[in-house]
Amino acid sequence: MMPCFTPMNHAETAHATAATRQFAARSSTRRPGERVVEALLFLSALSSIGITVGIVGILLYESFSFFSHVSVVEFLTDTQWTVLFADPHYGIMPLVAGTVVTSAVALLVALPLGTVIAIYLSEYASHRVREIIKPALEMLSAVPTVVFGYFALLLVTPLLQRLLPDLPGFNMLSAGIVIGIMIIPYVSSLSEDAMRAVPVQIREGSYAMGATRLQTALRVLVPSAFSGIASAYVLGFSRAVGETMVVAIAAGQQPNLTLNPMQGAATITAYIVQVSLGDLPHGSVAYQSIFAAGLTLMLMTLVFNIAGYLLRKKFREIY
Amino acid sequence: MERNQSSRDNKTARRKFYDRTFAMLGLLATFIGLITLFALMIDLATDGAGRLSRQFLLSFPSRFPEQAGILSAWVGTTLVMLVTALTAVPLGVAAGVYLEEYAPKNWLTALIEINIANLAGVPSIVYGLMALGLFVYQLRLGHSILTAGLTLALLILPIVIVATREAIRAVPGIMREAAYALGATKWQMVKDHVLPYSTGGILTGVIIALSRAIGETAPLITIGALTFIAFLPDSPVKPEFPFISFDWLMSPFTVMPIQMFNWVSRPQEEFHLNAAATGLVLMVMTLAMNALAIYLRYRFRKRIRW
Repeated sequence: MMPCFTPMNHAETAHATAATRQFAARSSTRRPGERVVEALLFLSALSSIGITVGIVGILLYESFSFFSHVSVVEFLTDTQWTVLFADPHYGIMPLVAGTVVTSAVALLVALPLGTVIAIYLSEYASHRVREIIKPALEMLSAVPTVVFGYFALLLVTPLLQRLLPDLPGFNMLSAGIVIGIMIIPYVSSLSEDAMRAVPVQIREGSYAMGATRLQTALRVLVPSAFSGIASAYVLGFSRAVGETMVVAIAAGQQPNLTLNPMQGAATITAYIVQVSLGDLPHGSVAYQSIFAAGLTLMLMTLVFNIAGYLLRKKFREIY
Repeated sequence: MERNQSSRDNKTARRKFYDRTFAMLGLLATFIGLITLFALMIDLATDGAGRLSRQFLLSFPSRFPEQAGILSAWVGTTLVMLVTALTAVPLGVAAGVYLEEYAPKNWLTALIEINIANLAGVPSIVYGLMALGLFVYQLRLGHSILTAGLTLALLILPIVIVATREAIRAVPGIMREAAYALGATKWQMVKDHVLPYSTGGILTGVIIALSRAIGETAPLITIGALTFIAFLPDSPVKPEFPFISFDWLMSPFTVMPIQMFNWVSRPQEEFHLNAAATGLVLMVMTLAMNALAIYLRYRFRKRIRW
């Protein structure tokens, strides 16, 4: 069983990897320890699937108990969410509305700014500027969210109240704006990566036709990098919907069925935090309700991810 | 003919004008992000710096804002991070090694890869719900440091795996061929060559992942962390035999972001100052970790020449 290697050069690497694979396969049968190591490594990789199974399993299991007390129709159509009251109502709509409004405000801030920054960094900024600005922006996403919550409640809200004197102390507008700023780096970094991955010939072709940098960016690069930009947007949306501390601190914790960002309202995540801070008995309907709320949150991000996937598939550019 | 020429010039001038306007706009947009970061630091520093003192770091929380401190919070954060790092690093690096070096090209590998990409988009509070149902109630680990550490470990696992894979991918194939040529087995090749060469990249990813975990609040509130703790967990080191104790793993806990959240949510102004001081400590810690990661990445990139 002599492994036979032919002398090789760089051009033959494809050939070489096939040879090393074969050789590695033989040597692993030679030592039993190799098999054990490989099995352990495999189990570690498999654990990531375990997380997903755990998440989906627990959410479904607890939600199932919840829906044996509360009908799905009531859950979807009732306009009040008063789980902790003496006369409980279980309508998820107010929480969904709060989540949609804060996320919409956040995306209105983050998508335009993030896209402009991405175009600027990929097409206008010099290498040096980009090397400084990109990590600095990414620091923005490293700041703990609870610090952003503090910022929204005690700095942004008072500033906004000077412009809009009627604004209540807890409102979705300031929470949404702060979440938006927080997710800018997610949008800008991924979009920029996508734009820079567009082959340089396509860019040069556009310049050769006399286009300016802006025209090249808007009419050539953005369409070509659309699938990457779409993933950036979807990730931004997932972050905004799942953001918890900023809304729990700055948007108030009263469920409120409204689409007006100038009011305070609880989001799905803020509700989960509010319930978790109290001491609810395990197995009560209120305890199970946070899992039903979590399941709703997961389904919302799932729908968006699927929409993003379909969009990407439809507009994917292959070079 | 002349009119044509001048209208074309006009158009070109307008296009160039738009182009330059956009350059300004881009710079402005970038600065909005940076200015926010700056304002955040200034705001926290002006509000909180006055409260920072030895006494603040060495006191338990209290009803009286000027006597309150973050001792139990930072001890809790340290212990939770210890559990998180000890769980997420071996698991994540092993998974990364498997996916880069061992995994065959089949549906299971593809499934694992898609799954890791999707886990990155799952809201952190959902991890908290999963931990509440699974660790706290099914496995009966309680509202403990162990549960918290495991929860955050699962949360950062995808980041560690992705960082490990990128670091390993940067090791050139020739190194592997050379190890094989000298008769190394696959695992010998990985542990003696691939892993040492990629340590820098892996370390950078681990630090960034831990800096993310340090600031996480929502999943820990969900698993039932307490907001008011006036005692420390059992010491891990004991004077009598067997000298090491693991009782602290089962201890209730609080962490710095939760302490800050608790103080922010109170109406009294004085507690807001405590919150700002806690936020300042948190910010300095996360930014320092990120700076360290950037520095490490820069150094390792410079040192290694294949």
